[in-house]
Amino acid sequence: MDLSYTPQEEEFRARLRAWLATALPGLPAKPPPDDWPARRAYDLGWQRMLYDAGYAGVHWDSSPVLRLIFLEETERAGAPYVGANFVGLLHAGPTIAAEGTAGQRARWLPPILRGEQVWCQGFSEPGAGSDLASLRTRAWRDGDCYVVTGSKIWTSHAEVADWCELLVRTDPDAPRHRGISWLALPMDAEGVTVRPLRTLAGPAEFAEVFLDEVRVPVAHRVGEENDGWRVTQVTLSFERGTAFAGEVVACRRVLAALARAARENGRWDDPVLRRALVRLEAEFRALWRLVQWNVSEAEASGGVPGAGGSVFKLRYSHARQELYDTAADVLGADALDLDRPWVPDRLSALAYTIAAGTSQIQRSIVAERILGLPRGR
Amino acid sequence: MRFRLDDDQLALRAGVRELLGRCFGRERLRAAVDAPGRLDRALWRTLGAAGFFSLRLPEADGGAGGGLPEAVLVFEEAGRALLPGPLVATHLAADAVPGAAHGETVVTAVDGELVEWLDAADTVRGDARDAVPLRSVDPLTPLHRLPESRSPAPDPVAVLLTAAEQLGTAGRVCELAVGYARTREQFGRPIGAFQAVQHLCAELLVRAETARAAVYAAAVTADPADIAAARLLADEAAVRGARDCLQVHGGMGFTWEADVHLHLKRAWVRARRAGGSAWSEERLAAALAD
Ligand SMILES: Cc1cc2nc3c(=O)[nH]c(=O)nc-3n(C[C@H](O)[C@H](O)[C@H](O)COP(=O)(O)OP(=O)(O)OC[C@H]3O[C@@H](n4cnc5c(N)ncnc54)[C@H](O)[C@@H]3O)c2cc1C
Repeated sequence: MDLSYTPQEEEFRARLRAWLATALPGLPAKPPPDDWPARRAYDLGWQRMLYDAGYAGVHWDSSPVLRLIFLEETERAGAPYVGANFVGLLHAGPTIAAEGTAGQRARWLPPILRGEQVWCQGFSEPGAGSDLASLRTRAWRDGDCYVVTGSKIWTSHAEVADWCELLVRTDPDAPRHRGISWLALPMDAEGVTVRPLRTLAGPAEFAEVFLDEVRVPVAHRVGEENDGWRVTQVTLSFERGTAFAGEVVACRRVLAALARAARENGRWDDPVLRRALVRLEAEFRALWRLVQWNVSEAEASGGVPGAGGSVFKLRYSHARQELYDTAADVLGADALDLDRPWVPDRLSALAYTIAAGTSQIQRSIVAERILGLPRGR
Repeated sequence: MRFRLDDDQLALRAGVRELLGRCFGRERLRAAVDAPGRLDRALWRTLGAAGFFSLRLPEADGGAGGGLPEAVLVFEEAGRALLPGPLVATHLAADAVPGAAHGETVVTAVDGELVEWLDAADTVRGDARDAVPLRSVDPLTPLHRLPESRSPAPDPVAVLLTAAEQLGTAGRVCELAVGYARTREQFGRPIGAFQAVQHLCAELLVRAETARAAVYAAAVTADPADIAAARLLADEAAVRGARDCLQVHGGMGFTWEADVHLHLKRAWVRARRAGGSAWSEERLAAALAD
């Protein structure tokens, strides 16, 4: 058990920290949450800065430990969140890097790294959420193209995306998991319609995407035809594995600020509230150690995050919701004011137990894949 | 940052598990339950010879020169095995009370309002005047109660080792629940195929693994706030884990024959040790308010 970092890792951290200290003050102000074009420009601008400084590929090129340091330090310094680059950097990119051809890698990876293109994730459908393998969006071959018809839903950032990692059914007669393929869909193709959906938090974070006889070159398929489910598992293991590491650091910062606020408004003296805050402090300390544990395991097993990601995702998503519920107790009546800090976060935290696989589905994964219990129905 | 058990630690864990399986397996456990209040001196000496108490003493003083991470692994195994006796108190007395290091002397300590194993111990640390016996909820931990709390702030090492024992319980009850869910059949299939049961088991694992990361890290940093945080997680994982394990066992879980109740009762006893949750909460509150 060793929690210390090697001199090389510490050197990486120090270099990154120094760079952040000079780069962040020059950043423009964050755009308002409902101005998507401005948010896209802002997120891509930040990615470009990372690229120019040599930090762009940390998300999928380097060792899990360097990735952890990267997420820890950027979060600690208050650097922008990946934002619209989430899908490109955290799962489409790693998937293409792992499963794509040399040509596909050369075509799609550099623009993601340089902050030129935004990706979105077209997995869920109105009739295929938790039961993703029941997806019905059809793709049939016509010469060197697939012709795609169907619809996707909850597609985050679809409004401003250039590309979409799209799951389609290429063989309707095969068993459910066998007839799926993974395609890269250009969002400006003819027949693609995007209808933004307002979320309970206010702004339109995600959208419905309608696909009407959209032609996608066969060359845009990543992995073999009908082998898309396996490719998808790679994508999802990245999504659940380390993607949230930086957020744990952010939550601990929020907690410290909440303790300060509670002492200023006198609520800290309420033992029930103090106890709730302390329980969360214990929780987030433990979650950070769990991240370090998972990262160590990933490093030892060749870099791919394992099933520990589901353990972490389950616990973290609930802790995050509790954090902002407790923030509401600190705020008192201000908890009903959308202009107060932490109130919008309380709303967006509600997504965490749903997005990227609901808590119920994660529990089933833990039970069947980690604990080896018999398959349920 | 290679936060995994190294080869020596894996070997230590395997060795302790094997030793405890041999000298305190299920039969010995149930025999101890049937003869409450008797501390097995031969077992105590065996533990002493195996280094349970001298583990962290320097090699020059006849110890193994181990650190907190090693101690945590050993006490986790003790927790798994439901090993009885004032293990933490004796371990902490290894450098102060003659014979403690090698299991010749049984040492207990006044801990808040309670003393474990008072009648069986050779030495009591602290002021145990006016202690009256109570009918202990845990058949394997005799308890005395004092008129008032008579110990200073707890030693963080006692807090950590208690957390390690709780972690052992958390891991063990998860295994017991999963093992039962795989074999017990109802409605024509193993109950583990039912989602309600699967999800209880999944939460058992999630709580145990989260506590494990916290306890191991606290052993590495030895930071009192980390230790306090780990303690809170480990208490939760043990107590809630034992209850959920009992639920998975259904009516069998409510019997004296199943071991589940022993784990739950011990977890309750440990949760009151070394300042209980209140001390850890206030210790952590101080760190959070810093
Ligand atoms: C903010 C946000 C962003 C998202 N972004 C994207 C995106 O970019 N791309 C994308 O493809 N998807 C995205 N999603 C979709 C997300 O992955 C799905 O919402 C999620 O997988 C659940 O599917 P569903 O909404 O259809 O719910 P359902 O599957 O209909 O589930 C409804 C309820 O039933 C429960 N349930 C369903 N099946 C079972 C079962 N077998 N056992 C026990 N309980 C069950 C669920 O846990 C849930 O409580 C996003 C979702 C959110 C909230």
